[in-house]
Amino acid sequence: MPSSLSPSQSIPLNRSANKVTLSAKNVVKTYKTGDVEVHALDGVDFELYSGELTVLLGASGSGKSTLLNILGGLDLPTSGQVLYGDQNLSRASDKELTQFRRDHVGFVFQFYNLIPSLTARENIELVTEIAPKPISAVDALALVGLEKRMDHFPAQLSGGEQQRVAIARAIAKQPDILLCDEPTGALDKHTGIIVLEAIENINRELGTSTAVITHNSVVGAMADRVVRISDGKIAGIDINSQRQPANSLEW
Amino acid sequence: MRPLDAKLFRDLWRLRGQVLAIALVIASGVATLFMAIATVEALQDTTETYYQRYRFADVFANVVRAPDRVADRIARLPGVQLVDKRISEFASVDIEGFDEPVIGQLVSIPQHGQASLNQLVLRKGAWVSLNRDDQVIVNEPFADAHDLSLGDRISIVLEGKKKSFEVVGIALSPEFIYAMGPGALLPDDHRFGIFWIAKDVLAAAYDLNNAFNSLSLSLAHNTDVRPVLESIDTILAPYGGTSALARKDQLSNWFVMNEIEQQKSMATILPSIFISVAIFLTYMVLSRLIETERTEIGLLKAFGYSSYAVAWHYIKLVLVIGLLGIVIGGAIGWFFGRINIELYAETLRFPLLIYRPSAFSFLIGAAVSLLTALLGALTAVGKAIKLPPAEAMQPPSPPIYKSRVGGANWSHTLLDQPTRISLRQIIRWPFRSFLTSCGIGFAVGLSVMTMQWNDSLAHMANVYFFEAQRQDVMVGMAQPRSLSAMHDFANLPGVQRVEPMRYVGAEFTVGNVTHRGALSAIKPDSQLQPIYDDSKRTVISVPQSGVTLARKLAEKLGVKPGDEIAIEILQGRRPNIVLPVENVIETFIGMPAFIGFERLNDLLKEGTRVEYANLLVDSAYEAQFSRQLKDTPNIGAIMHKQAALDSFNNTVIKNMTIFITMFSILAGILAFGITYNSARISLSERGRELATLRVLGFSRGEISYVLLGEVVLLIMLGLPLGCLLGWGLVLSMISSFDTELFRIPMVILPNTFGYSILLVIVATIFSATLVRRRVDKLDLIKVLKTRE
Repeated sequence: MPSSLSPSQSIPLNRSANKVTLSAKNVVKTYKTGDVEVHALDGVDFELYSGELTVLLGASGSGKSTLLNILGGLDLPTSGQVLYGDQNLSRASDKELTQFRRDHVGFVFQFYNLIPSLTARENIELVTEIAPKPISAVDALALVGLEKRMDHFPAQLSGGEQQRVAIARAIAKQPDILLCDEPTGALDKHTGIIVLEAIENINRELGTSTAVITHNSVVGAMADRVVRISDGKIAGIDINSQRQPANSLEW
Repeated sequence: MRPLDAKLFRDLWRLRGQVLAIALVIASGVATLFMAIATVEALQDTTETYYQRYRFADVFANVVRAPDRVADRIARLPGVQLVDKRISEFASVDIEGFDEPVIGQLVSIPQHGQASLNQLVLRKGAWVSLNRDDQVIVNEPFADAHDLSLGDRISIVLEGKKKSFEVVGIALSPEFIYAMGPGALLPDDHRFGIFWIAKDVLAAAYDLNNAFNSLSLSLAHNTDVRPVLESIDTILAPYGGTSALARKDQLSNWFVMNEIEQQKSMATILPSIFISVAIFLTYMVLSRLIETERTEIGLLKAFGYSSYAVAWHYIKLVLVIGLLGIVIGGAIGWFFGRINIELYAETLRFPLLIYRPSAFSFLIGAAVSLLTALLGALTAVGKAIKLPPAEAMQPPSPPIYKSRVGGANWSHTLLDQPTRISLRQIIRWPFRSFLTSCGIGFAVGLSVMTMQWNDSLAHMANVYFFEAQRQDVMVGMAQPRSLSAMHDFANLPGVQRVEPMRYVGAEFTVGNVTHRGALSAIKPDSQLQPIYDDSKRTVISVPQSGVTLARKLAEKLGVKPGDEIAIEILQGRRPNIVLPVENVIETFIGMPAFIGFERLNDLLKEGTRVEYANLLVDSAYEAQFSRQLKDTPNIGAIMHKQAALDSFNNTVIKNMTIFITMFSILAGILAFGITYNSARISLSERGRELATLRVLGFSRGEISYVLLGEVVLLIMLGLPLGCLLGWGLVLSMISSFDTELFRIPMVILPNTFGYSILLVIVATIFSATLVRRRVDKLDLIKVLKTRE
């Protein structure tokens, strides 16, 4: 059973050497729309440990996506620091952020975002062509069990298959960090489990530090840690002593 | 404000770049139309006003000598209002410091003031004085060419006696807008001038006291000119009258009317091409724009708005774009029209200028603009509102790609994925891609069409002035002379070859079509001015017994080789003859008719006479030759080929350059409008894809490549297509641009294609830069979080 800890406490992890891949320190993100200021993130401290699988849990509008976007170099914080190794991402230029995403981050989105004009294999090659140390597209597809469908176009694949191609595309560059934003949000339960299994496999076999955003608390059981976010703040962190296999999840 | 109208304004503001670009496409069509109509109107109004204000005559007649009372008989003819008796002679003029021969047309004026007809526009100085016999008013182009000022003195040879005159006035006349010596093709202000001299002075010099040799008259409104001309010819025949001319056949006016006719041709051909292209482009751009609005259309319908209301909403959007097109196009057209007419006023030296584009041109421009926008939008709007709301709210069914072009093995190492995306995008929507390429093609084509004018005119000048005519100088006799006069020319310094040529006025009749022109009689062994087919670029042999006609003349008369035509030679005993057409040839300039030299002399039964001599002159002796030619008596016209070519370049080419620049600017605007819209719409359709690529780690430059790569590929298809379209447009324009004065040969030099392509590429780079800035501002998060 998960035990509750206060957010500031450091956590020894079962399978990592306690090494931090990515960290956010007192991150604030404010959106200004007209005269109204919206605090999407209000002083968040967060660490992503090497090799861990973290689930960021929160309701719609809690700020979890904003945090993921900032961690992945899609957005800059209003204040606070984001560190990748000794690189300060909160001060990075657009060019540096692009390079960071290209070399180190894999993204998976709710709506797959595959390029419709490219086949499954080509969608992955899109990334392997520009990454420094990629695995082959075929190998990446094998990791998600789709090697037989590699010459199909997105329109010829089911939603779950498309999402698995998106995962394969995200990990083909061998990223240090895999960020998944509601990867099962558009899928039925059965397909969702298959996609989560794929993510679980990647994390286990490649040791990629993985953060998964979800509003589905059941998914938390497959993670090393569950970070609960609410109102732009970290409401609590739960550490699972034992990760549940994705295929045992029920909702 | 109703919410839909608020949406309309916000949409317009949101799409302002595209709205402006579409408006520019429409505007370029409207501008050409407006400019053309306004120019033609201004040219007509200005000429008409000029003619009225300075009482340009309706009929002109020349005799050898007729006593004044003969004019009274003509004045009594029905319909005749005013008759002005004049003396008009050609004479050699000596301008100090100018070594070449100058021909002057001397025209009498009353000493007490303006004549009743063909009044002068005195630009500088004063009228001739009552008590002086050595004063002259000179026409302005000639005075400018020779830098003559008031008080300068020039010498004129009056009946063999050289007499010095003081320039007291510089003037223009509606009669000599184009001042040309007899037989000259184009004005040459250095070598031909008009000199107005007091009537008494000329009468004394030419022994024409109480007599006249030139008559001009005005007719009452709506008078049929034909019977008047016939009566005049009958009355004047005993006095050596050559047939009377109606205003439409008067030389200067004929050129002015031809100029207006040319403008009219352009006013119909070019704008209609521009506008058809604009309609096509508006359709292309608007249909894609509305396609991107389909979710909103579905939403509006789901709320309960009727299809009609939704359609009207988008039609209003389109009408606003059309209105913007009118405003921009009207302004550009007004401005260009103004430049155009000012240029005409300058070359034709109109003393006044009337530029008041009529409500008509505004209305036509406005109607065309709105129609363009509506035609362009209707199909797209219709398609969008037909969809049931639920379907419309869905994105258009997901693009299914089947083609693996650029996939599989062959290209694996050749093409990277971004290139493949561009390529498949094109293949997935071949029709739309083709339309875009066509749009680019039309931009290139329009540019080719405007720029090739230079090529055609240069070719025309080269063929006409160098290939067809090989003489250096053509000399026209004041009175026809015997063949032996050729020896006088052969003895001039530097003359290598002399060939006689006859040129007689003639009236050609076939059925009820009559053309008044001239017959050129050519010797079979003529080398300096042979009969030359400008299109086949070969010398055609001189006809045995019949005539050879220019194609345009043959078409006007409706004859082909083998047919017969009735010819009245307007000279000597004025024989009426029927001759077969032996050959029809292509000529670029004028509508000549040719006959054998001996054959004409036989027909005229008057012994060999000569009107013209063609001379080949060694350029080393040019100065000596000119000096001696100057002293040769009885010369009516001298045409230097080089001078004629210069004059052609200065008038025709100069006008064309401005014209070409204007149309090129419009073609450039068009090209920009198309490329900008293509890229912008691609961007809105594919924002998601591009954002995904950004997230995957592609830089801004790289995703711009994906987006613009497609545009670049389409342009690469569009450029050769454009050259082909340009060729077709030129062909269609040239076949409809076929006036009695000019035919434009079909010539497009490689440079023209090159510059057109360059123009479109520059426009593309410009619009690509603008779109690139948009790409840079792409909001990654927003795009990716929304459902497709």
